[in-house]
Amino acid sequence: MFSEVLSLLPAGIINGLMFGAIYALVALGLTLIYGVLHIINFAHGAMLMLAMYMAYFLFKILNIDPYVAILIVTPAGFVFGYTIYRWGIGKLSGGRDQNILLITLGLSIILENSALVFFTGDQQTISLPYSYEAFDLGFLYLSYPKVISFVASLVICLLLWMLMTLTDLGKAIRAVAKQREGARLVGIDVEHVFAVTFGIGVACLGAAGCMLLPIFYVDPYTGNIFVIVAFTIVVLGGMGSIVGALLGGFIIGITESVGGLILGESLGQVGISLIFILILIFRPTGIFGSKV
Amino acid sequence: MTKSHKLFAGSRRQFIGRASATFALASAGLSIPHIAKAASAVKIGLIHPATGWAAYPAAQLRYGAQMAIADINAAGGIKSMGGAPVEAMLGDSQTKPEIGAAEVEKMNEAGVNAIQGCYQSAVGLAASATAAKYNIPFSVDVGVSDKLVQRDLPNVFRMADGYGRIASDASINLAEINKAAGSPAKTVAIVHEESEFGTGTAKLVTQALAKHGLTVIETIKHANPTRNFDNIALRLKAAKPDIIMPINYPGEYVLLAKTLRQQRVDFMASYSVLGGGFNFKFVEEMPQIAENMIDVNHWYDPSSASGQAMRARTESEGKYFTFEVYCAYMSILFLVDGFERAGSTDKEAVNAALASSTLNVDFMPYGPTKMVNGQNMGSRAVAIQAQKGDVQVIAPSSYASASAIFPRS
Repeated sequence: MFSEVLSLLPAGIINGLMFGAIYALVALGLTLIYGVLHIINFAHGAMLMLAMYMAYFLFKILNIDPYVAILIVTPAGFVFGYTIYRWGIGKLSGGRDQNILLITLGLSIILENSALVFFTGDQQTISLPYSYEAFDLGFLYLSYPKVISFVASLVICLLLWMLMTLTDLGKAIRAVAKQREGARLVGIDVEHVFAVTFGIGVACLGAAGCMLLPIFYVDPYTGNIFVIVAFTIVVLGGMGSIVGALLGGFIIGITESVGGLILGESLGQVGISLIFILILIFRPTGIFGSKV
Repeated sequence: MTKSHKLFAGSRRQFIGRASATFALASAGLSIPHIAKAASAVKIGLIHPATGWAAYPAAQLRYGAQMAIADINAAGGIKSMGGAPVEAMLGDSQTKPEIGAAEVEKMNEAGVNAIQGCYQSAVGLAASATAAKYNIPFSVDVGVSDKLVQRDLPNVFRMADGYGRIASDASINLAEINKAAGSPAKTVAIVHEESEFGTGTAKLVTQALAKHGLTVIETIKHANPTRNFDNIALRLKAAKPDIIMPINYPGEYVLLAKTLRQQRVDFMASYSVLGGGFNFKFVEEMPQIAENMIDVNHWYDPSSASGQAMRARTESEGKYFTFEVYCAYMSILFLVDGFERAGSTDKEAVNAALASSTLNVDFMPYGPTKMVNGQNMGSRAVAIQAQKGDVQVIAPSSYASASAIFPRS
């Protein structure tokens, strides 16, 4: 048994890294929204599900490859996120954080049940012409979709990091995150920045949805399967930290994969919960988080 | 002089007319409750996981049950009860046993006459136990745990097979298929989901296979949902079994099948038991993966005219003809037959009628119904295989529509 686990360990770690990058992308949106707006977006899973359905229909109806569809679904996610915050969540909440929580919770219920009505509960999967093509590493076949998803996730994380650190918009977002009233006093349109941040968060989900579709299935509840992991990543990496989300994604991906090898695929997922508890006990702010 | 006291004013003709009208109204008034009682609907509760990860099979079950109810009502309802129509009461278990039990309580308050459900065995166990408190007739449409019918509950019945008999039949069929091919397969690896359905079935199949000289060399349990099957595929690759036997729900079934191909796992056959994802949709959408995969499951009799008609009707309405559709349809027929023979909604009488049912469901490969402790002993699962984009019955031979392709081509 032990020798079998050892022989499979390298493959397990690589598998974990591949999935970890996608987990990170889902967590990025969550951590960004929390970092700036200081709220948890409970509709995150439902929005991921919508992105996956959009990619699915683009593929089924217009035969657009999901990786090409990133160029459509990601901007669409931004517009959806911006619109829904600027003229929905922002206005209805009256500036109160607890209202935003309730509104996003309600939004998730509406989105999931609407999907159930319009798309039914049927699980949809797609097969791409290259779905079963793979790089042969000798001890593991790395399928093209997983490799593409991995690389694309890293590129998007890098682009987002550059946006946040090198652009005026990024500076404005960071300013609002650090000192809302101060940012308003220097002329930053705080409401606009809130909506932009929410939009970027949902755009990340758009990209993540396109990358998940070729390797998973979509149904009205799929989003929650990944968002549960994303919450752990955000806590682990530090709320609001892009680098933390990426590192957290890798750690959780590897933990899940190696945990599955050692403890069995059913019990192996306990590793994620264990990390969640340990980080809350020993470093509640996360790896890259700072005290408020 | 006394003044005569006129009881009735007006002429005798008027009196007779009014008296007749009064009598007619009184008669009508007296008869209204009688008519209403005879025509009042028989309420059947349908409890399924309408929301949550099992929403699709739940929708299929509802569809099949409601199709049966519509057909029964169109044919004049329950004749022994004056043509009483059947009415569906819908409940959502949300995949949780406690919610399933709560739905039974709500339906009981609303005057339900019988209940059908619940897809997941764990939910069925909780819901049927709650129904037993009120002696409500309970028919399991889909739910394979044998515990459902092993608790001496006089109100719980199941028309389709449970995992005990399915495991036995699956092993016998596999042994026969293997023998016919010259016995090339010696070893089996089971990949099962972690709940009562997967765990219980895996345990029984392991025991049954041993009797036929097939050794289970690896048993891998996985969570619901499982996001990534790569590690499982690698373990299977290392174990090198001749047969891979998935026992899981639809999403994981398809993901596992895709991953086995991606990881180039070599095996003689995928022989699933109650494979949730093996259906016409899977075969149609992923023919290159599905080809030659075998499943042992509830299946309709493709040679029956009514089975063919039901399939055509289902597909004409844009739905796939999955086993949930006809299992739910059959379960409603069984319940309504019980009401028909009981002639009332009296729970004792209906349960007694259901226990003595001899219903012959011609669209299933079953013999006449024979209930033993709530389990229909006339039922049987069949082995089916994806062949050239269609699904063929390959065992037992009495219902086979094609020969097995084994090992897979």
